[in-house]
Amino acid sequence: QQMSQHAANGLPGRVKLLNVDNMNPNVKRVEYAVRGAIVQRAVQIEKELKEGVKKPFDEVIKANIGDAHAMGQKPITFLRQVLALCAYPELLEDDKFPADAKQRARRILEACGGHSIGAYSSSQGIDCIRQDVARYIEKRDGGIPSNPDNIYLATGASDAIVTMLKMLVCGEGRDRTGVMISIPQYPLYSAALADLAAVQISYYLDEDKCWSLDVAELKRAVDAARQHCNPRVLCIINPGNPTGQVQSRQCIEDVIRFAKDERLFLMADEVYQDNVYAEGCKFHSFKRVLFEMGPEYSTAVEMASFHSTSKCYMGECGFRGGYMEVINMDPEVKAQLTKLVSVRLCPPVPGQALLDLVVNPPQPDEPSYHQFTKERATVLATLAEKARLTEQIFNTVPGITCNPVQGAMYTFPRIALPQKAIDKATEEGLSPDMLYCMRLLEEEGICLVPGSGFGQREGTFHFRMTILPPTEKLKIVLQKIREFHVRFTQEFS
Amino acid sequence: MSPRVESSGGNEKQNRKCSASTKSHSSTRQSPVGEKKMSAMQEISPHVRNMKQLQYAVLAKRASRIKEELRQGVRKPFKELIEVCWGDPHRGGVKPLTFVQQVLAGCVYPQLVDSDKLPVDVRQRAELLLKGCAGGSVGSYTATRGIPEIVHRISEFITSRDGGAPSHPENIYISPGSQWSLMNVLNVLVDGEASPRTGVLTPRPCYLSSNLSMVGLGAVTVPYDLCEERGWELRVEELHGALESAKGVCRPVALYVINPGNPTGHVQSRESMQEVIRFVSEKRLFLLADEVYQDCVYGEQSEFLSYKRVLMEMGPPLSDTVELASFHSASKGFMGECGLRGGYVELVNLDPAVMKCIYKLFSTDSCAPVLGQFALDLLAKPPQPGDPSYPLYREETQHIRSMLVRNVKRVFEVVNGLPGLCCQPVEGGAFAFPRLHLPPEAIQRAEEMGMQPDVFYCTRLLEEAGVFVSPGCEYEPKKGTYHFRFCIMVPEEVMEELLRRLSSFHTQFMKDFS
Repeated sequence: QQMSQHAANGLPGRVKLLNVDNMNPNVKRVEYAVRGAIVQRAVQIEKELKEGVKKPFDEVIKANIGDAHAMGQKPITFLRQVLALCAYPELLEDDKFPADAKQRARRILEACGGHSIGAYSSSQGIDCIRQDVARYIEKRDGGIPSNPDNIYLATGASDAIVTMLKMLVCGEGRDRTGVMISIPQYPLYSAALADLAAVQISYYLDEDKCWSLDVAELKRAVDAARQHCNPRVLCIINPGNPTGQVQSRQCIEDVIRFAKDERLFLMADEVYQDNVYAEGCKFHSFKRVLFEMGPEYSTAVEMASFHSTSKCYMGECGFRGGYMEVINMDPEVKAQLTKLVSVRLCPPVPGQALLDLVVNPPQPDEPSYHQFTKERATVLATLAEKARLTEQIFNTVPGITCNPVQGAMYTFPRIALPQKAIDKATEEGLSPDMLYCMRLLEEEGICLVPGSGFGQREGTFHFRMTILPPTEKLKIVLQKIREFHVRFTQEFS
Repeated sequence: MSPRVESSGGNEKQNRKCSASTKSHSSTRQSPVGEKKMSAMQEISPHVRNMKQLQYAVLAKRASRIKEELRQGVRKPFKELIEVCWGDPHRGGVKPLTFVQQVLAGCVYPQLVDSDKLPVDVRQRAELLLKGCAGGSVGSYTATRGIPEIVHRISEFITSRDGGAPSHPENIYISPGSQWSLMNVLNVLVDGEASPRTGVLTPRPCYLSSNLSMVGLGAVTVPYDLCEERGWELRVEELHGALESAKGVCRPVALYVINPGNPTGHVQSRESMQEVIRFVSEKRLFLLADEVYQDCVYGEQSEFLSYKRVLMEMGPPLSDTVELASFHSASKGFMGECGLRGGYVELVNLDPAVMKCIYKLFSTDSCAPVLGQFALDLLAKPPQPGDPSYPLYREETQHIRSMLVRNVKRVFEVVNGLPGLCCQPVEGGAFAFPRLHLPPEAIQRAEEMGMQPDVFYCTRLLEEAGVFVSPGCEYEPKKGTYHFRFCIMVPEEVMEELLRRLSSFHTQFMKDFS
């Protein structure tokens, strides 16, 4: 993004006090493609459209980021009612709000300092909300106990993930902590590892087998890594981002066994746990599987699992609500974790309140139950339909291969690019899929994220697109991409 | 390998065990299956281990227990706790501003905007804010810096506050609270693995979260003493002294200033600020100006001036060359919306290439919570005369203002009237920070119990009088001095009760230990 002259800041030509040579070198290596160069260009194009510049399209479709509401998904009524009551408690006198919403709002406000969501909460999160989260986890996991003390509310799951990594990364030289992450992966992980100067240990998901995870590949990666670092952490995203695969129970057991054998701390990113669409696929929480494998594993494997209010059926990204549950953590280490989270004071209280509603939704005997259940089911069914549609249409395009979108919110199709296109990209200093995506943006006003932003096997190219635009718009988007792909391939043959 | 340097208060010695490379002879806990824990103490980031354990946590546990006992009807000399350890007006009993609550409710549940339950200007503001949200929902992510219209209004607010000095939206980032953006800026300045270690000059005493952030990133804090006898003034000789002390120990890259002060309540004069600016320019330090209490100024002689304004009014070359980050927040002031997590940083005179890296760093955080962003918008552009909500807004803010002025006066009178206690005038900020002159017997008793003397005092104050304050050692003051900090942003009745309980407790305490 070009800086305006005003923002150029100060005298040109003078060497700055803080410059690229003396700043923290780790920060220089941080990249986050989801909000990277292509998005900045998309924003610029939107500005141009507003200013009346003529283009082959009249809006930019931002299918780059997993933001459901931005794409028109409606918030769940009950959640917003309770939050409004919490924000302005005078509304508790208003009979337009249902009794169950009021009851929950009162309970939340009771737990807030001065009965206000504007008060700080304790750094770990409001006590009664953590208790509710623990109960939710127990219910979800067939009764396996969850201790509220092991629950840490956070500013989105990302905050908790980065906090854990910050704690775990240490050592020097060959002892430096190595962290295993999938290729492809959600680039928060690679960014955090770069920032912390951790060693990234990449393990490849198998595109030909629906992006499944193979323990043999984990083993290959960790063995190779032991030559130059100290592998200590294994990150799994299930359901996957960007790939959408939902792991089988067997696979999860294998991963747990692997983590135990290799003495790895397991980080299970489960923010898409309600977003499961494909027949025969089911979400299994890592914790549940761990405990069902018996004490040999359930007392030995240390892990943290993460969840969020940004995805699933809620899509409330702007609230920055989330939590992590830590399991089998050394109590002294847990004390360190508690200390670390206090530096940012506390997670946003509205996000905590929202999380409370997610884990404590209307029950069958409550007035809001029917509408709530209906809204939730509609959101999830719509996503499932769009997942199916996306896979179907992409697979009709010669040169695009699309794995089934089993879960999450994205598709990550493979695109065949002509050699000439690859050469052109190299000339321009771009990765080939970035060239492709930039062209798509300029010609059709569709913003995707190139696969290079997530990692992919050498010589393969992908893009990540969300399945979030409303169905009719999605159909048009898919069609335009199909047409673009044909054109692009022809142009570069 | 560079020598390990003491980077924080004395407590970290207990936390620091052998270095990370000696995991083979660690004393880790054994799990039942006979294996070492994966996340053992020795395998945790040394930077994290070096962060001080907070006294607050211990006192908070006691406070919880006391609250529970009160709930169960246990007899105590007090009916409820007065919790003034945090700078949290709402927790202290100050009412949230009605306009803020109404706008937030309207944004969260837009059906309210269509009804006439809310005043017209509230509805208009909610509509305006929702227009800036993708899909018209507060549940959407926003642009990395924040909703552009809000960032723009913040830049206008800054310009207006600073007598016209221009402020550009590209230099502003909204974050979940000001500490978050402070940490991001520190992350750019500090290389945790560097040798020599990176140093940051910080005040003594200092707000603890900031120091902890620095240590957590692997920096060394280099304290400069504030002059208690002169109202906690910042004296430039101390800055020079601090730099001297850093020689051979670390490489200082920045100076952190809190104005108005926390915990001290001092408000800097323009001259003092100019001295600081000349100092950082001469010594080539980055200036970090924490100004979250800028709306909390009470002293009749005091006026808040922002570092940016003072810098700009000093003209070139300083105004073009001093590199500055200034921080503000919706958590303090009249709004006191701590729980919403809305803060921002304005970056001045930074290198464009560094700004690009800063952008990427903030982008990994996605964006600040939308309701926190809205709170900042209302801070930047509150109701104006003529707006339907203005009379109530004015009444509420005036009430808070007069409450604070009165509280500050009462604190000064009462605390300074107690032998063994003395308190500098609170010119600004959210806290009083009285000095304890403890009798030797009390200090001895504290040592016997393995406590810092001020922790001992605060624990007794909590148990016997039901007043929860924060012990001075949390702020790493000069050695051998004892203080406690309490929030003055509470309703007048609560302050009177607090002072009554404090007086009675303190008098008894001094008697007991003479």
